[in-house]
Amino acid sequence: MKIKKRQLGQRLLQIVIVLLGISFLSFLLIYLAPGDPVRAMFAVSGSIPSEELMDEMRVSLGLDRPFLVQYGTWVLNCLKGDFGTSYSTGQPVAQMLAGRVAPTVQLTLLSMVMMMVMAVPLGVVSALNQNRLLDYIARGITFFSISMPNFWVGLLLLYFIALKLGWLPVVSKNMDLQKMLLPAFTLAFAMAGKYSRQVRAAVLEELNQDYVAGARARGLRESVILWRHVIPNAMLPLITILGLSLGSLLGGTAVVEIIFSFPALGSLAINAINAMDYPLIQGFVLWISLIYMAVNLAVDVSYSILDPRLRKGV
Amino acid sequence: MAVAVFAPYIATHDPQQAILTDARQSPSGAHWFGTDRMGRDLFSRVVYGARTSLASTMALVVCIFTIGSLMGIVAGYSGGLVDTVIMRVSDMMVSFPGMALAIAMAGIMGPSITNAVIAITMVSWTKYARLARSLVLKIKHEDFVLAARISGGRHRHILWRYMFPAVVPTLVITAATDMGGMMLELAAFSFLGLGAQSTSIEWGYMLNQGRAYMQAAPWLMIFPGLAIFITVVIFNLLGDSLRDVLDPRDTGGAGQYTPLVVQLEKGIES
Repeated sequence: MKIKKRQLGQRLLQIVIVLLGISFLSFLLIYLAPGDPVRAMFAVSGSIPSEELMDEMRVSLGLDRPFLVQYGTWVLNCLKGDFGTSYSTGQPVAQMLAGRVAPTVQLTLLSMVMMMVMAVPLGVVSALNQNRLLDYIARGITFFSISMPNFWVGLLLLYFIALKLGWLPVVSKNMDLQKMLLPAFTLAFAMAGKYSRQVRAAVLEELNQDYVAGARARGLRESVILWRHVIPNAMLPLITILGLSLGSLLGGTAVVEIIFSFPALGSLAINAINAMDYPLIQGFVLWISLIYMAVNLAVDVSYSILDPRLRKGV
Repeated sequence: MAVAVFAPYIATHDPQQAILTDARQSPSGAHWFGTDRMGRDLFSRVVYGARTSLASTMALVVCIFTIGSLMGIVAGYSGGLVDTVIMRVSDMMVSFPGMALAIAMAGIMGPSITNAVIAITMVSWTKYARLARSLVLKIKHEDFVLAARISGGRHRHILWRYMFPAVVPTLVITAATDMGGMMLELAAFSFLGLGAQSTSIEWGYMLNQGRAYMQAAPWLMIFPGLAIFITVVIFNLLGDSLRDVLDPRDTGGAGQYTPLVVQLEKGIES
């Protein structure tokens, strides 16, 4: 148990180092970027400022100070929970990000569930009928899902389901399940191909294990072997990539959000980029790296809980 | 690719020529795929778009391939501090959602197709570096390398003569299978307005433009998307068959994805 704690500590330390590295990198990029945020700020309000006014603004934002001082101040403020103030809206960055977290989490979870519902049966059926007709059909579907540009799928869904058939509203005001259905499906469809390939490979691998032959020799029914032994074992390695997907979905899904005008983190980031809203971009980068690494850590921990071989402390 | 090379002969109209009176016509005999909001012939634009889209995808894959394999070979061969630094940087990149970071970078550097390529390269090279490094480590202590070193071969010579040829085949397979995915990423960038700009003819950007006219002119979004889809299908088919031919270990067309998990686990452990 002692070793476990030390490992956890190491991982946490690693996260902090990576966060510092990433934020430094993005800060540097912003510093070197050709655009002038002050000019962009005034452009939003539509006024043409004098040079003095702009200089004054730069001083008040601390943009005239040396790079390392700017970075240091920003890090210190972050530690105090202050991520700066958005250039384009004047709201605190932390507040703007927080407002987008709930829709992002909802969309992520819904699309993950949809994806599993599609990918797991497809992969299992495909593996059980290896190199037979059903396998080829399933692999054909997977291939489609991998090759389709997800923004195109989104546009087509929007066009046919919402516009032509009118089953779902194109734009709905309130946040509800209806609004999430199409974006979540678009995301799920794109992921399903990758996952059903994984499921297929994992199930095939498990089927070749000795314990399956042993179970068959003992006269267990095929369905029992499949559901009690093969599938649980095959799902285990999936957790790692599931964690990766979860992490990147929580970082926002700009493309889909833009198509369905769904207000989650991705579209916030795109807006921030278009407005050269640097504190907001900076905050966004920090958020996605944090959430991504937290999810990964959670995956590793859950691994050692779920897999009895690792539970005894390796 | 043939379409890209012979674009001027296949296209029925000048892709830039705008006839405003013909704006947003539906597909017909004169304009096979219809026209866009400026009256430009969509079929010709899709054909010409193949050039930009294919060229930028190629450029992207070549960039990732070169940087990744060089970094990996150098890291694996020299070991020590160089290795540590390169692998730490790549760890940092792996523990990060690529697309989101690339979007942020492309946004900061300003939207253009070159910047999109740079941004995607920056977040994608690590996969190749890891692969190249592990391959180099495998052969580093083989007899022929030791022999070359004992007989006084210089590092540069050994790198080029022995290391590079050893890693290239596997990396080429990886690159071939990645081609379709890379094309999708680039198109997504252009779709978001972070890649190609209005002056160039590119599929992703065309979709972005077509989105606004979904109701009035659905063909504007259907055909460029179809073009991307077909090209990616071709790339994926090519990549898969290339892998089947060159990589005898794989059976049944799904094995490619198992190493990912293994690779990641290794990354976490190291």
